Amino acid sequence: MSRQIGEVILDLKNVSLSFGGVKALTDISFDVREHEIRAIIGPNGAGKSSMLNVINGVYRPQQGEIVLRGQHFSKMNPYKAAKAGISRTFQNIALFKGMNVIDNLMTGRNLKIRSNLIQQAFWWGPARREELAHRAKVEEVIDFLEIQHIRKTPVGRLPYGLQKRVDLGRALAMEPSILLLDEPMAGMNVEEKQDMCRFILDVNDQFGTTIVLIEHDMAVVMDISDRVVVLDYGKKIGDGAPDAVRANPEVISAYLGASH
Amino acid sequence: MAESASPQALDTFPRLLIHHAQVRGGKTAMREKDLGIWQSWTWTAVADEVRALACGLAEMGFQRGENLAIVGDNRPRMYMMMTAVQCLGGVPLPLYQDAVANEMLFVLLDAEVRFVFVEDQEQVDKVLEIQAQLPQLEHVLYDDPRGMRHYTLPFIHDIRELMAMGRIHNRNHPDLLTGEVAAGSADDVSVMLYTSGTTGKPKGVRLTHHAFISAARGGAEFDHLSADEDILSYLPMAWVGDHLFSFAQAMVTGFTINCPESAETVMTDLREIGPTYYFAPPRVFENLLTQVMIRMEDASLIKQKMFHAFMAVARRSGAEILDGQRVPLADRLLYVLGNLLVYGPLKNVLGMSRIRVAYTAGAAIGPDLFRFYRSIGINLKQLYGQTETCAYVCLQPDGEIKFDSVGKPAPGVEVKIADNGEILVKGPMLLKEYYKRPDATAEAINAEGYFMTGDAGLFDDDGHLKIIDRAKDVGKLANGAMYAPNYLENKLKFFPYIKEAVVFGDRREMVCAFINIDIGAVGNWAERRGIAYSGYTDLAAKSEVHALIQESIEQVNGELVGEGALADSQIHRFLILHKELDPDDDELTRTRKVRRNFVAEKYAVLIDALYSGRSSQFIETAVKFEDGRQGKVAADLAIRDVKTFGIAGRAA
Repeated sequence: MSRQIGEVILDLKNVSLSFGGVKALTDISFDVREHEIRAIIGPNGAGKSSMLNVINGVYRPQQGEIVLRGQHFSKMNPYKAAKAGISRTFQNIALFKGMNVIDNLMTGRNLKIRSNLIQQAFWWGPARREELAHRAKVEEVIDFLEIQHIRKTPVGRLPYGLQKRVDLGRALAMEPSILLLDEPMAGMNVEEKQDMCRFILDVNDQFGTTIVLIEHDMAVVMDISDRVVVLDYGKKIGDGAPDAVRANPEVISAYLGASH
Repeated sequence: MAESASPQALDTFPRLLIHHAQVRGGKTAMREKDLGIWQSWTWTAVADEVRALACGLAEMGFQRGENLAIVGDNRPRMYMMMTAVQCLGGVPLPLYQDAVANEMLFVLLDAEVRFVFVEDQEQVDKVLEIQAQLPQLEHVLYDDPRGMRHYTLPFIHDIRELMAMGRIHNRNHPDLLTGEVAAGSADDVSVMLYTSGTTGKPKGVRLTHHAFISAARGGAEFDHLSADEDILSYLPMAWVGDHLFSFAQAMVTGFTINCPESAETVMTDLREIGPTYYFAPPRVFENLLTQVMIRMEDASLIKQKMFHAFMAVARRSGAEILDGQRVPLADRLLYVLGNLLVYGPLKNVLGMSRIRVAYTAGAAIGPDLFRFYRSIGINLKQLYGQTETCAYVCLQPDGEIKFDSVGKPAPGVEVKIADNGEILVKGPMLLKEYYKRPDATAEAINAEGYFMTGDAGLFDDDGHLKIIDRAKDVGKLANGAMYAPNYLENKLKFFPYIKEAVVFGDRREMVCAFINIDIGAVGNWAERRGIAYSGYTDLAAKSEVHALIQESIEQVNGELVGEGALADSQIHRFLILHKELDPDDDELTRTRKVRRNFVAEKYAVLIDALYSGRSSQFIETAVKFEDGRQGKVAADLAIRDVKTFGIAGRAA
């Protein structure tokens, strides 16, 4: 492998999040290093999605802070996160169902568009040149994910597995430095899962993108991630390399079940 | 490269390429869709890249007469590589890109291949998988660098490296290639194509420049092809038809070949290119029609009514109008209106608006299907040929189209029927030899120089050739009546719900059949009736589906009663197989022809059940998935009796 795992790029310090009386996350700290694949696992309701939502600013934790490339954020918000190069996919696909694949991917380029509304409306001069450049970028993503045949198909008409791939494509179109994947393989069959694994590894390898992913399929997690953090009832109960985590007795009893 | 432009000198493909670069250098020779945009190469650019490729090969030590394997989808550089190899007097050897590594092994060993040019990482992996068994293999070249970053083995090269090397070589030895091209002769082997192997191990068919150029010229004159044609090159490069249409004819006439973006985008690319000249096997036409019909059923009521009303007009007189026959004025006017409202838009959706000539071959085409395309004004014709004859024996002339014949002998071809019904052909397009198989060559070409096609056929009163079956497949039932299995299977396959059929009956009391349903068509049929199913095996086991298929078979029996000698071939019993026949399980050839004997052996227990009168049979079958894993499919198959019809003038 040519990729080299670098310095800590994202550091979460003592994050706590509660909704009214429900404690979703309690005093959680972990870090993510540049170019690594970092998995978050845990049983249902462990707080995995909440964790991702804290990272990209959808939820504001009551305590703790996020350090992104040395910059401290006590209040992250989705716009800031996106500006800082964090993009994500969603557990229940959040695409524009009536729009085709190209248009959905183009929305991923939104933050990078410089021309104003009026220029875009008339598709004139710089706006036109800019859109062509963005479209070229989107075509690269389409080529990368091998979805040329559905370029012009409305997303709502696609099978679930392909929608997931388009969702990933939209996140990639942002050219993120950190990619958050919320259960990218949920509900997929074996073949689709293998494809998705391949794409995740390729993204990591070819673009050096740092990846934080939530996944239920233990085989997948243990296979592709560099380090794993384990949550249970909003608390961190394990952190480390896949083998170490697998051997951790607390993790075994909480998540894998006693029989493993 | 000084070449005279006289036609006599244009007797090898490299010379033809140089000729086109001189007379139409600025015209587009090839297109390929990449990153959503059609990229083009002019004839000059093609000649330039071919020169770089050839010089690069020379630099790497490629020898005259050597074979170079080409494995991949249709890509401009793959076609260019063919000519580059031919420039050096070598023989390009295209392989089927979907063949698994072990299938490639036989051919690569047989042809003693030192150089392999593959499309992408997937194919490189396949070659690496069998590399240990290929002592001769020295170089693996690849076209698409994607995913190849970590392949550091010294014998794997990016094709761009080879071309850069070739350009330097060309600067240092500017006369080398000219000399090599001049040393080539029309009687040199220009390509080697392995037969798909319906019987035994594949054989390498060696065809000369003269053979392919004669076939291409004959076909081009027959259909008045010009340098302005556009063709979509999407069929496997290893198949003789693609080599004739996308390579030889393009090289002879100078028209443009268009390579689709990927196998999945062919339909979109077809629409965007709008070819004027088109080739597809019957199943492609069938799939297109099925899609149209499925979408029409979902269309609004007005559209449906309009479609059916105008299709009735087209059925009545569309084909006749295309053939230039007399048609009542009212129909002619209705047809013009229909063209505006239905046929034109339909052709546009199919990507067939600009088609002047379309061909189909490789399997029998259903009369309804054939007539459908002709009736909406697409000049669809049939041809007949084999790998050994450059896919060039018979063609249907414009205006003389019969769905059950393959037309008249093509220009320069002599066809005669042997006493046993076998079709014999002679002409410039015949193979030179089978590679390393003088025994097979001697067996295939008789003392008078006729190639024995192995097909049984007959000429009708108008001199059109009609193919009945493979000569060796034509058998007899226990009562002595003629039995032509392919003929029966084709009749069954003409039904949209039946994808594949295998019939049995040779030396038996009665004819029975295995059926594969068409998951698309039957699935849609089931959905509309609210029949839930989980997949092929489940759908195939539904009794409603059995009833549907039974109806079709009874219709076939009804037709057979009226066909004299074949009346005894009515199908008595059938079952629907629990899995689709698949080339990966060796049940079909790569060109999707049924391997009858293999299937009979593999499913012997089912045949026994058919003939022993049982009403169901349990079976478990091993299957190979696309990624090479193994699995098992098991089912309890129902067997049904079909109504047969009494033969007139004979006691039942």
